[in-house]
Amino acid sequence: MKQLMLGNEAIARGVYEAGAKVASAYPGTPSTEITEYIAEYDEIYSEWAPNEKVALEVAIGASVGGARATCAMKHVGLNVAADPLFTAAYTGVNGGLVIFVADDPGMHSSQNEQDTRLIARAAKVPVLEPSDSQECKDFTRKAFEISEQFDTPIIVRLTTRVAHSQGLVELGEREDIPLKPYAKDPGKYVMMPAMARKRHVVVEERLEKLTEYSNETPLNRIEWGDRKIGVITSGIAYQYAKEAFGNASFLKLGMVYPLPEKLIREFAAGVETIYVIEELEPFIEDHCLKMGIPVKGKALLPLIGEYNANLIRERILGQKAEKLNNIEEEVPVRPPVMCPGCPHRGLFYVLKKLKLTVTGDIGCYTLGTLAPLESMDTCVCMGASVGMAHGMEKAMGRDAARKTVAVIGDSTFIHSGITGLIDIVYNKGTSTVVILDNSITGMTGHQHNPTTGFTIKGEPTRQVDLVKLCQAVGVDRVRVCDPFDLETLEKVIKEEVAADEPSVVIAQRPCALLKHVKFNGALRIDREKCTRCKMCMRLGCPAIVDRGTHVEVNPALCVGCDLCTKVCRFNAFERVGGDHA
Amino acid sequence: MRSTSIMIVGVGGQGTLLTSRILGTVGISTGTDVKVSEVHGMSQRGGSVVTYVKMGDKVHSPIIEKGEADILLCFEELEALRWIDYAKKDASIIINTQRIDPMPVITGKAKYPENIVEKIKADYPNVVTVPALELAEACGSIKAVNVVMIGVLAKRTDIAEETWLDAIRKTVKPQFVDLNIEAFKKGYSL
Repeated sequence: MKQLMLGNEAIARGVYEAGAKVASAYPGTPSTEITEYIAEYDEIYSEWAPNEKVALEVAIGASVGGARATCAMKHVGLNVAADPLFTAAYTGVNGGLVIFVADDPGMHSSQNEQDTRLIARAAKVPVLEPSDSQECKDFTRKAFEISEQFDTPIIVRLTTRVAHSQGLVELGEREDIPLKPYAKDPGKYVMMPAMARKRHVVVEERLEKLTEYSNETPLNRIEWGDRKIGVITSGIAYQYAKEAFGNASFLKLGMVYPLPEKLIREFAAGVETIYVIEELEPFIEDHCLKMGIPVKGKALLPLIGEYNANLIRERILGQKAEKLNNIEEEVPVRPPVMCPGCPHRGLFYVLKKLKLTVTGDIGCYTLGTLAPLESMDTCVCMGASVGMAHGMEKAMGRDAARKTVAVIGDSTFIHSGITGLIDIVYNKGTSTVVILDNSITGMTGHQHNPTTGFTIKGEPTRQVDLVKLCQAVGVDRVRVCDPFDLETLEKVIKEEVAADEPSVVIAQRPCALLKHVKFNGALRIDREKCTRCKMCMRLGCPAIVDRGTHVEVNPALCVGCDLCTKVCRFNAFERVGGDHA
Repeated sequence: MRSTSIMIVGVGGQGTLLTSRILGTVGISTGTDVKVSEVHGMSQRGGSVVTYVKMGDKVHSPIIEKGEADILLCFEELEALRWIDYAKKDASIIINTQRIDPMPVITGKAKYPENIVEKIKADYPNVVTVPALELAEACGSIKAVNVVMIGVLAKRTDIAEETWLDAIRKTVKPQFVDLNIEAFKKGYSL
């Protein structure tokens, strides 16, 4: 029987069925569940690596060692892993090596909208692009075959809507793929100039062979329909285009790099007008134009944001969806917020109070940018907070460092914050780095990391000691405090930004959503005592609302973390049920 | 079975993900093609969340377009208003009469619109309101709001009650089955 599976789950199933043995990854939306589902198969060794670069290196090592190996990441993770990727393209593989990269058009949970196909082309590695869950599984198995047949790493590119949509999948059996023998071969695996020059020739020849393959493979297919309109498309855009155009002719591309030039010419010759529909860069379109085929794409469709069938109907067919109501009401936006009980709330309350400049980083705590906490000044990429604080000090001078802190999560610090901290120490900076240690990788949905003391399978392991780590790189001032102890936290931060040497403050309190975190139960406001001074509302807790006549606690949201009791000067909060808060 | 498009809208953390799992399980048992689409990640932290469930002979796009939803299942009033354009004129619009203020309202930068249900009723004939929080509380857990809502929805489809009950048994943890079945029945009887 078919099963309903998330695209990411179907990828994991494909990895299992393909007989893969090793998977390493760093979590990142929308790719995270791939590795979480892989971890459910005991036949595959799986792990969370500290970052995507390490993860890919582990997968490359496993491949060289003879196993089918894999590595999953989000689009920006591929930037981190670009260094090994570009050269693994030269070395090629032993066991099949498949890299899953999930792009996020529309930026549901990302800092940019980059298109992985452009990086793959630069790295000269082939790319498959599935358009539903069944293809996620089938293309994964195919990807391992291509990788081994052509001796190349290969990317399977997903987008959010493929990764996070569930569709029906027909399951298969796991192939028994024995470990390939490992043989020392410096000409292939040691990329010094002399060897790399020879391997580059191999890479270029391989691309030509892959182009031939792309013309022949059933991954790319023509669906002839009405010949007036021809649509070249791939991935989720194929599904939108099928709905928008119905009976048109389609060239559905499952292999998007290298592109099947012969097949494209054959298709172009058979239709009157050709549209290219792709998320999000004009990757196929530019190639067609370069081939001299007059296609229409980005002249009509946007370079920004997710597509849908209505958008295609409107922009290409001129059919605008009719509005079915007379409701013109302005609807307030609902941005994400830190959860009730979130440990980060205490820190940002204090940072705002101290009016500090805050270089920020990637995680739930990036929400500290939004009103009313509004503390974060910058967010660029994983680990950037630390290097940027140092850069600001070097540009603006020592006094600026007395008014600046870098804020970074525990997992992000291990990912790529530690190198920035070494830079501060080595180059005589005096910055203060606050590590938000919430005992888990939060934003991506609770993955373990080297600081939690558990592996992906939940097995206990050696835990990185953040205090010792910071001391070992030369930070003498390392202090640990509870972000809900607002008074102490304020004092510690003031002292550390004033210190004429590098310092680290570890704000330690577990994520409120962790199962073992227990609070005392919802609070309410005693209206007799409340003066409506609204100090509590500066915390930006979604459970505290101003009803105009009075301030109240939403009992369905309040967890009873009691942070509000610490800013209320009138003792107005009490526990529902009567106990004192 | 004709194709059915169901949209679930709410606030991150309200349990819409379990709702879509149950709906997906029901979808499979109807023997048609099914797609369920939702976005994980940042929006689940108290942001506006939407899940699309589509069933039919062949489902291409996993997302539902404006004017296409047969059922709009709203876990919160403001979210009902935000997504109302996606409902068909004769759609079943099911609204949990719960209000969760978004941060711009909490900070006083925006106003929570008044009389949302009345405004929607003025343009759509099939609107039903559900005090799901109270009904769930009566079953023993405010977390059962989502299953109360599924009960209300189930009544408005042509899928047998037993199919829904089966899906709940398959989806929720064994120790919560009884509570959730009770919650489902509370919704189903509305």
